[in-house]
Amino acid sequence: MLQPEQRTRFEQLVLPHLDAAFNLARWLLRNRADAEDVVQDAMLRAYRFFDQFRGGDARAWLLQIVRNNCYTWLDKHRPADLMTEFNEEIHRTPSTDPEKLAVQSDERGQLMRALESLPARPREVLVLRELEGCSYKEIAEITGIPMGTVMSTLSRARERLQQAMTGSVAKEASNDV
Amino acid sequence: MTCELSRTTLHGYIDGELDAVRAAEFENHLEGCPQCRATRDRMESLRTQLRESNLYEYAPAGLRERVHTQLFEGSSEKRENASGRRWFLVPAFSVAAIAFAFWLALSLVQPHTHSAQITAELIDAHVRSLQPGHLTDVISTDQHTVKPWFDGKLDFIPPVADYSEKGFSLTGGRLDFVDGHSVAVLVYARAKHIVNVFVWPARSTETMSDSSGSRQGYNWILWHSGDMTFCIVSDAAPTSLAQLRDLIHP
Repeated sequence: MLQPEQRTRFEQLVLPHLDAAFNLARWLLRNRADAEDVVQDAMLRAYRFFDQFRGGDARAWLLQIVRNNCYTWLDKHRPADLMTEFNEEIHRTPSTDPEKLAVQSDERGQLMRALESLPARPREVLVLRELEGCSYKEIAEITGIPMGTVMSTLSRARERLQQAMTGSVAKEASNDV
Repeated sequence: MTCELSRTTLHGYIDGELDAVRAAEFENHLEGCPQCRATRDRMESLRTQLRESNLYEYAPAGLRERVHTQLFEGSSEKRENASGRRWFLVPAFSVAAIAFAFWLALSLVQPHTHSAQITAELIDAHVRSLQPGHLTDVISTDQHTVKPWFDGKLDFIPPVADYSEKGFSLTGGRLDFVDGHSVAVLVYARAKHIVNVFVWPARSTETMSDSSGSRQGYNWILWHSGDMTFCIVSDAAPTSLAQLRDLIHP
């Protein structure tokens, strides 16, 4: 258990990243209620293992835990979500129905659905980069993707997102990917 | 055929992840490569769209509270206790009357200003401990965890025991500051009530004698044992406090 000074450090270093934790979990699980449960559990875990935090980037450290909890949760409750990722990585087929997306007039709603339609891996990389503003180094630390491939992973993820947004427009570009 | 750089270096460029030399090189390339320029414009507009759509999902206030409660107070019940019961007055008039008579009797035989000041401080410390994040420094239901925690933080070791079987569950401990001295505090849960047990070494200058009472809806019992002074403070009924005192010193 934590000493008082350690607890203060936890409150100062880790707790401020609760929003980041929730945002990542919400996009990985695609559901707010599930994200709340998983994040609450992840915060407790982070608190218990805080003595293993060796300084550095507290947000990345916390998000790593949150991400692990999310994948464990998905594996248990919605393994199909992870299968989708697996198939996507091999076959590289768009996971979304462009016609259905085109019907969405609201741009935000459209973007939201497009992002949710992506497999977990490109989705989390986009969320970390575009919503959370993480550096490549942080993305590598959080997701375990080798530092050298963060750039190309992001490139593919962006192409996929745009493909999902505009349907066939980006298809040409992604065929080369 | 898409330019190779448009699917790798371009992204490092728009993300500001290239070093100065590579960024300058790529800018040169960009001037002569319409494909990379087109991809850049496409990606920049996608990023703008993402930024302007406010897709960031902030943690709900309820989650924030639950996390705080779970980490720093042990259980959600206590949080309710802290916010909901603070001004709850136990309507035990007869007990209060007895306590008052007891206090009056005490006040006749000794100057009570000092002891009144200390009990006021103890009750303040109790109220303060009910604020989110202030109850426990060490969270544990295990006396063998709580006791060593005090070691080295104080120049005395308070007796620590769990009385779960008798309805007082040890939930942790903390350090507090009362009457100008550091004191050990053991935290117990009694049903939905939080019970603070303050322990500190008795000082020779102390004029306090064993006493109990009620103030602002909180009850307290103070007593000495050996060279230690104990004080239990809680919004639980005075009979419960007496029960815990008897458990600590049968």
